[in-house]
Amino acid sequence: MIYLDLLLGFLKVGFFAFGGAYAAVPLIRDVVLDYGWINEDMLSYIIAVAESTPGPIMVNLATYVGSTQAGALGSFIATTAVVLPSFVITILIMVLLKKLMENPVAKAVLGGLKPCIIGIILSVGVEMLLSNLGIRAKEAIAFDLTAAAIAAGLAVVYYGSRKLFKKGLSPIGLIAVSAVVGIVIYGI
Amino acid sequence: MRELFELFITFAKIGAFTFGGGYAMISIIAQICVETKQWITHDEMMNITVIAESTPGPIAINCATYVGYKQKGVAGAAAATIGVVLPSFIIILLISQFLDRFLEIGWVASAFKGIKIAVAVLIIDAALKMIKKMPKDALTWCIMGCACAAMLAATFLSVKLSSIVLMLIAAAVSLTAFLLRQMAGKEGGK
Repeated sequence: MIYLDLLLGFLKVGFFAFGGAYAAVPLIRDVVLDYGWINEDMLSYIIAVAESTPGPIMVNLATYVGSTQAGALGSFIATTAVVLPSFVITILIMVLLKKLMENPVAKAVLGGLKPCIIGIILSVGVEMLLSNLGIRAKEAIAFDLTAAAIAAGLAVVYYGSRKLFKKGLSPIGLIAVSAVVGIVIYGI
Repeated sequence: MRELFELFITFAKIGAFTFGGGYAMISIIAQICVETKQWITHDEMMNITVIAESTPGPIAINCATYVGYKQKGVAGAAAATIGVVLPSFIIILLISQFLDRFLEIGWVASAFKGIKIAVAVLIIDAALKMIKKMPKDALTWCIMGCACAAMLAATFLSVKLSSIVLMLIAAAVSLTAFLLRQMAGKEGGK
């Protein structure tokens, strides 16, 4: 039954998808192609849509696949299934966490994990910025001056507004501004 | 009830505006939950990030569940998690049912080009804020720098490097340093 397949398939994705959406893409591909829900081309298209719409990419993927396979109910089941494992695991960890955090060995491990994750986050941001400016791996460098100007402009507006005004521009505000700037510069 | 509703609405707002995956989400959740609403401390935000990275599933779900649970128990966790998922659920459902060629719509593509740049700026900003509040010892700096350099190098050399492997190495290094310090401390005490 398709509903049961969607439930089991996306529970599997939610439970084994470590390290963010991109690390999970191979796993998602396996599951989705295994069940024969969509083909490789459709998967690439759905990933692109998931990236260009708000929300976690994995959740978007589950909703999209569920919806194309079994309508609104299918998308509801797939989305719930992909969310459920991390929901339950996070609550379990929080219940156990308080005692664990006091442990000096756990503290030492966390002391290594935190800077490592900060480094990874920084690298992701730098990589995304460079890729937007036309600097990508395995490609000839085609420096995109327009994108560089937009990036500089957004940074000035973002930090400038926070320096000048008490509240300044929020991250959500910056995203809204950037969408308008994109439409104005790149056209309809 | 009002608090549950506030959790739901706040996370629905976060869900509706975070493009570009988990790391962009962290920057927005930190801004709203730590600075504006003060539901969690900066330290807790860092812990959530660690938990989110080392457990399966989307980071946004881990964050929403953590903050919601802390505020209002299981009901709060459910309210926040449903809130963060609902906007994208509705948007994708509509797109998948009615828009075959969503990405070929001109203004969508243009808006997204702008948004992608903003997301990169926000992620770098989030990382810089975390660096500012990081303990300022040599080992911490070194782990941060090495992790960042390794990830960038892997990308540009097209080598596969899982962030989980890096995290395991970092944890092992930090644990070794801790054990060495303890041994040194014991011998010094004798």
